[in-house]
Amino acid sequence: MFGVVIIALLITMAMAISRALLGPTIYDRILGVNSFGTKTVLLIAAYGFLTGRPEFLDIAIVYALINFIGTVAVLKFFEYHDLGSGAYQEDDY
Amino acid sequence: MIEQLLIVVLLTFLVVCTIGIIYLRDLLAAVILLGIYSLTAAGIFVVMDAVDVAFTEAAVGAGISTILLLGCLSHTEHVQKPQRHNNYWALGMVSVTGILLIYGTLDMPRYGEALSPANSHPDLAQRFINESAGETGVPNIVTSVLASYRGYDTLGETVVVFSAGIAVLALLGRKRRRVDDDENEDVTNPELASSASDKSDDRGTNV
Repeated sequence: MFGVVIIALLITMAMAISRALLGPTIYDRILGVNSFGTKTVLLIAAYGFLTGRPEFLDIAIVYALINFIGTVAVLKFFEYHDLGSGAYQEDDY
Repeated sequence: MIEQLLIVVLLTFLVVCTIGIIYLRDLLAAVILLGIYSLTAAGIFVVMDAVDVAFTEAAVGAGISTILLLGCLSHTEHVQKPQRHNNYWALGMVSVTGILLIYGTLDMPRYGEALSPANSHPDLAQRFINESAGETGVPNIVTSVLASYRGYDTLGETVVVFSAGIAVLALLGRKRRRVDDDENEDVTNPELASSASDKSDDRGTNV
């Protein structure tokens, strides 16, 4: 049962990574990478249940957070071409 | 069975990612793929039951270094210039080094082998499994080795990383403060000026 889930997840990950590699625009790549990260989280969760260790769910949640931080950083860079003291901060002064 | 399949497929993803990173001219896409690479490597570590290594790999590789590389990209262009010449000498050196490294692993015990010296020697794995809980009071065996049996080693590592962090902060903070002092020249109260620059420093490091 969980084995089937894992194989399906691996196929989905292969498709997401191919979109991240081939994607003509940067949006395709970001979307592909983000869904690949989500599938990694699901894979770890499914693997935890397959081997009878549901506490892998905690690890999966941490991975989801890290993936989220990475995606937010990439999108912020894409929007402002900078991560820190960019043009949008000069309004504060 | 499914574990073998999982490791093989994830390693294939790593190879595909690496080839993509080498061939992509857009450096932003390469950084994004590097994030995938680290996350996949962390997944492999989880499958191999090295959860603590996987945590480090995910936090440092996929989280922090993606952000650091994006910070680097914001200071440069993010399209790689086409290379004019092929560097076959470097390719040969890297290949020879790789073959030597693989040759060096040939006489190591196989992954997960119960009879390997580290697992079968009575003073190593068996001793830690049997006695670490009683000797150190730490329920996790890996943590007991890291924090108790080789605690001074870990303390030294932490001191090195901490001083490196302080050095980087000193280098980065100095330039920013000088800029702020120039901006606050007309402020007569020096205490107010320093507190203003401190505040902007905090914001800079938080982002």
